[in-house]
Amino acid sequence: MSALFAVIHRDLLLVARRKSEVLTALFFFVVVTSLFPLGIGADATLLRKVAPGVIWVAALLSTLLGLHRMFATDYADGSLEQMALSPQSMVMIVAGKILAHWIVCGLPLVILAPIIGIQFDLDRTSLYVLMGTLLLGTPVLSLLGSIGAALTLGVRGGSLLVSLLILPLYTPVLIFGAGAVYANSVGLDTSGHFSLLGAIFILALAFVPWVSASAVKIAIE
Amino acid sequence: MTEIGTFSNNRLINWFKLSSPSTFYPVAGKLIPIFWALTALFGAIGLWISFFVAPVDAVQGQGYRIIFIHVPASWMSMFIYIVMAVWAGVGLIFNTRLSAMMAQALAPVGAWMAFLSLWTGAFWGKPMWGAWWVWDARLTSELILLFLYLGFMALQASIDNPRRADKAGAILALVGIVNVPIIYFSVKWWNTLHQGASVSLTKAPAMAQTMLWGMLLMALCFWMYSIAVGLMRVRTIILEREAHADWVKRLEEIKEVNG
Repeated sequence: MSALFAVIHRDLLLVARRKSEVLTALFFFVVVTSLFPLGIGADATLLRKVAPGVIWVAALLSTLLGLHRMFATDYADGSLEQMALSPQSMVMIVAGKILAHWIVCGLPLVILAPIIGIQFDLDRTSLYVLMGTLLLGTPVLSLLGSIGAALTLGVRGGSLLVSLLILPLYTPVLIFGAGAVYANSVGLDTSGHFSLLGAIFILALAFVPWVSASAVKIAIE
Repeated sequence: MTEIGTFSNNRLINWFKLSSPSTFYPVAGKLIPIFWALTALFGAIGLWISFFVAPVDAVQGQGYRIIFIHVPASWMSMFIYIVMAVWAGVGLIFNTRLSAMMAQALAPVGAWMAFLSLWTGAFWGKPMWGAWWVWDARLTSELILLFLYLGFMALQASIDNPRRADKAGAILALVGIVNVPIIYFSVKWWNTLHQGASVSLTKAPAMAQTMLWGMLLMALCFWMYSIAVGLMRVRTIILEREAHADWVKRLEEIKEVNG
């Protein structure tokens, strides 16, 4: 457990020393979502309709931007190898890195989402639903993304390859996340969407750290 | 006769011996013509039944005949993914070279089947639903299956070290397997445009007997085709990876090329 917190602390400290990379991903999220009203016109009913999809897709893409940072820099300077050689369990170290990635890349999206939602003329309950789905969904994005980040360590065109590998696996989260907001806006029950998102989250939490840890081991073998 | 020789002669076929690329290569070479012949046989009978014997569908007219290609291709696309993932998993656990090569050989075949399924589906959808493509759960999950195949191939192609490529690909294949039940049950779980399964193991088929026979024969034809192409691909991969080995240099076909 101490390894988990040590890794989180270390990764957050590294981010705090170099804020620009993180802010770039968040800025990307804000810019992409702000471009849509310019591209498709400022019709309020149309914006309300596309908002869940646009915000969720932007969240997916901005998560992808930060993924390579999860292992790549540690892999390049050899500290990942040192971590693997240490007596600490690799699963805990990977779990710490995933959690740190979520705190840096996922949590700000949840906090920013209501502001973006207001731009798209979402009402109060829709904003709550949007925040709720992002709160359940963004950890899954960080978890699944860690598999792709670990598999493409040190690979030619790795950061581009991650999107091909991981975006197909992201689709269930996108469907149920955006689906819940849309269902709420047309007055349908959202509990089914939340249950499925929660199930995906628990399933990912149970298996992904092990999968990612073995993927990291393959990369540094 | 040596002791090893007598040991291996005890059984009709020594399956473990086949797991070595050097013994598998000639066996696969002998099997390929058989599977091509079976492909032609089942294909000829299956196409004859599906075009000339099977009756015209009461609702969909002649257009339904595309299912004789569409359904077998869809089945194979899902089945090949499972087989590929199992081979990849076996390679990951037991560290056997041939099973990883099998997985690598099957990926393009599966991708081709998924593509064929989507393409024939589009041809079918235009007259029946009035659209080439709809964002229906089954269509979308089949598209994702195609992307998973492409991702697997891209990952393997971009890692230079074959051992690492095998292992990384295996992990991706095993993670992606969650998509297969989603495709299979999508017509049950979601209330979608795509029709439900026409063939079921538990209840009597909801189609004419000749239609069913046509479809099953075409499925067998696709099955044989996939095995034949898979074996051809795996032979090429074996040659590529074992090019340094003596037994490859002694092969007749290699000697001919090298002159």
